[in-house]
Amino acid sequence: MNISRRNFLKLAGGTLAAAGVGTGIGVQPAFALPKKVRYAQEVTTICPYCGVGCGIIAHVSNGKVINTEGDPDHPINKGALCSKGGSLYQIANNDKRNKKVLYRAPGADAWKEVEWDWALDKITANLKKTRDASFKLTNANNEVVNRCESIAAIGGAALDNEEVYALTKMNRALGLVYVEHQARI
Amino acid sequence: MTNHWNDIQHADAILIMGSNPAENHPISFKWVNEARTKRGAKLIVVDPRFTRSAATADIYARLRPGTDIAFLGAVINYAIEKNRIHEEYVKNYTDAAYIVNPAFQGATDLDGLFSGLTGAKYDKATWAYEMDENGIPKQDLTLQDPLCVYQLLKKHYSRYTIKKVSDITGCDAADLEAVCETYTATCKPELSGTIMYAMGTTQHTYGSQNVRAFAVLQLLLGNIGNAGGGINALRGESNVQGSTDHGALFHILTGYLKYPKANQPTLAVYNEQNTPKNKDPKSLNWWGNTPKYMASLMKAWWRDADLETAYSYLPKIDDGKNYSYLPIYSAMANGEIKGMFVWGMNPAVGAPSSKMIRKAIAQLDWMVCVDLWETETSAFWQKEAGVNPADIKTEVFLLPAASSMEKEGSISNSGRWCQWRYKAIDPVGHAEDDLWIINQIVNRTKALYAKEGGAFPDPIANLTWNYGKVGLDGKIHPPSPREVAKEINGYFIAEKEIEDKAKGEIKKFKPGDIVPSFAMLQDDGSTVCGCWVYAGSIDDKGENKMMKRDPADPTGLGMFPNWSWSWPVNRRIVYNRASVNVEGKPFSKEKPVLWWSPLKKAWLGDIPDGNGDPDAILPFIMVPHGRGMLFAAGMSDGPFPEHYEPLESVVKNTLSNSQVSPVITRWDEKAKEETCNPILAAGCIAALYGSEEAKEFPTICSTYRVSEHWQTGQMTRWIPWLNELVPNQFVEMSEEFAREHGITFGDKVKLTSARNVEGITAYAMITKRLKPFRIQGKDIHMVGITWHFGYKGLATGGNANDLTPFIGDPNTMIPEYKAFLVKVEKA
Repeated sequence: MNISRRNFLKLAGGTLAAAGVGTGIGVQPAFALPKKVRYAQEVTTICPYCGVGCGIIAHVSNGKVINTEGDPDHPINKGALCSKGGSLYQIANNDKRNKKVLYRAPGADAWKEVEWDWALDKITANLKKTRDASFKLTNANNEVVNRCESIAAIGGAALDNEEVYALTKMNRALGLVYVEHQARI
Repeated sequence: MTNHWNDIQHADAILIMGSNPAENHPISFKWVNEARTKRGAKLIVVDPRFTRSAATADIYARLRPGTDIAFLGAVINYAIEKNRIHEEYVKNYTDAAYIVNPAFQGATDLDGLFSGLTGAKYDKATWAYEMDENGIPKQDLTLQDPLCVYQLLKKHYSRYTIKKVSDITGCDAADLEAVCETYTATCKPELSGTIMYAMGTTQHTYGSQNVRAFAVLQLLLGNIGNAGGGINALRGESNVQGSTDHGALFHILTGYLKYPKANQPTLAVYNEQNTPKNKDPKSLNWWGNTPKYMASLMKAWWRDADLETAYSYLPKIDDGKNYSYLPIYSAMANGEIKGMFVWGMNPAVGAPSSKMIRKAIAQLDWMVCVDLWETETSAFWQKEAGVNPADIKTEVFLLPAASSMEKEGSISNSGRWCQWRYKAIDPVGHAEDDLWIINQIVNRTKALYAKEGGAFPDPIANLTWNYGKVGLDGKIHPPSPREVAKEINGYFIAEKEIEDKAKGEIKKFKPGDIVPSFAMLQDDGSTVCGCWVYAGSIDDKGENKMMKRDPADPTGLGMFPNWSWSWPVNRRIVYNRASVNVEGKPFSKEKPVLWWSPLKKAWLGDIPDGNGDPDAILPFIMVPHGRGMLFAAGMSDGPFPEHYEPLESVVKNTLSNSQVSPVITRWDEKAKEETCNPILAAGCIAALYGSEEAKEFPTICSTYRVSEHWQTGQMTRWIPWLNELVPNQFVEMSEEFAREHGITFGDKVKLTSARNVEGITAYAMITKRLKPFRIQGKDIHMVGITWHFGYKGLATGGNANDLTPFIGDPNTMIPEYKAFLVKVEKA
């Protein structure tokens, strides 16, 4: 949802009046933001760190995130953020982010930059080779199992719901049984 | 969480135990403070360390790591002995009055064990209610029958006296008694107490029973279902709730449907074995709907196949075999697993005995890592990891992933609020979102099997994949998360007329119509639904309710029914039928979650857990008999929580002669076998009580987190601002311990464990936050260390999990990170 700054100030003001004084949760009056932030597009998001689910506004200008701050309208955090949530800006603006597809050949001592097409075809070929070589139609009791025990898939708690659902669907269609993620640990 | 973050403001007492929200879920503390300033709520913090949460508490109680059940046992015993229970709730809404099989024997009879132990497994035949002629559990509503659950519970916890527990936990008896007195005061019907817990509770070889002890206490006090109550797990990752909802664990499908086993060859057998039966007309027995949810899932995955064929496509797990996180690495070390996908996870730092984990990963032929930054896992083959790259034959792919601001989709917080995130910018560089990558792999794999054939290609070839199709130009189109969200919610694929009994009308649906709620899902293949608990997240006009941002709060309780959407069916507090008495009147007039309007013949307030008149149904709709379980036969390690020591302990269990849980999988014993793989043999050793190792590693160690870092550091050790705040690994120790070991503040110290004699280094932080525990007349020391560090990133440091034991809880296999033994010396 894109909300205009004016609309946001109106909403924030309403929340402030309703919140009363001395609760410790009232929104602080919005301070004067730099011009470039004031006229930027606002995009609402949710913090990617812990499970509280705080609302954050990302200010976008010319395809760049130029500022992030707590969403004052959000009922859980009412504009406040912790040190991690307050650092969201540095996830979008970070020169150490993975920006290329990287490949490390067996025994190599460095990454090599490769193209998506090449990597995805190689991954798919590896996946098929490993799956086909070990696929089990039945187990020791001669029960039908249709499974691949030679590939594991881990992770998912940092993915969106739609992504992790699609991931589960893919994993099980491939026949994987070693499917686990952060909730286990 | 049974409740949600804003709801904490309604608590009259808050028990923070096994968590540290002031530092690890800082914004949640707003609502703790709100309860304190507005209601005068009492804050109790039980923790081995004097944390920032503890620093603000009314009562701080210190306990030795791993003694939570003993501690909670004392609180339960106090509640029962002083009759500080919510009697009406206990009698009507729990199984307290149910009669148990007379052959059942508990820990008081069997020296810390329960009846049925054979080898390292319980035969649970005697852990059962006695049934009457109608198949309903027999009851004694006076709660006096010695075989009723309440009397068995009373007997079990009678051993957990203040004096005994003080001696086990090291907690001062006066502090322990103050906790008992203050928290059990919430037994009054109009008062509520909440429990906030996290991994300090769960990461033990009896972690599930730690949570069960919370459940027993909350049921006795009538604290589940009401505002300001509940059992609230503080989730550590932004969507770990959603990823669990969507089945990313070996033992479940989406929506917590049980995973099919090899001895369930058909869907009919699966349904027969997994659909609980109940004869009590007052119990909704919600899992009775299993066949509808399963059929709708099969149709979401393999639309063109009939239900039995679709079911045959699912891989089956062997009955009794565990495929969870720890077994993955033992199978990997043994060369059974050849390839691995890693989606935003970092086992080289996060998994227990992680030095061994890295050796196991090196046995792989290939690994695909999808992440925002280079992690210790994707870089396990590099010199920094202490290995020679030339020796490692694993092929590694590191795919650049989009961040949360570079894509759109929903995530579910701890309070089950499913919130939509919008795309702010394009992914950086060549990065792509995970859904794009998954879509590419699915479509390319489909094409490869179509071209070459291969092992059992049908589930791949016939997989319904309506998002991101291959165009006429041969290119794979980018997938739409909104299309996926629609499939998760569900829609009709055939014409259907359904009787709405509550409204007395017939509803007509045609193919393509959105499923308005899971009550409309069908077992005949006419509906698709990717995850039944999310049915209703999209309304019949196609509006995505997860995008809602209406701040209205009609009940004034901060439930915000139109801000995002909460599963299930936008219910904000689950088991809320337990917040009213059998007449439908709220136990608390001041903070009613819902109430029955005799005039309107309807429930008002939150979405009720099940429809029908007051007293028509029992409130705990997810259990077959409808009542909260004080006696839980489903657990692997006993129907009542019993105190055992951690696997690695310097303390003898003085409550029984059962030193450790009798049913845990003993990797450490396997490690001693001559045939054991050398990787596992070195990585699974444990310093057991009384062993030579325990003498060598005499100090308790526990791991934890700080505000400025997150998990393995994979998303914080590349963030300059956060690294300026906490740049180094450190180990906290008491002044007494430092004096004994000649360590001064800021010294570099070495920590070693039975699994890692080379050890890791960290800076000594000498603090009053830790104190020795007085146990059985002796001073026992502990140290604490964060688990955020590794060898990659802008800030690097010793990896705490290089020390932790490879052992898990018998119910969940969660590792015992929170209590193990180390040796600390000056580096």
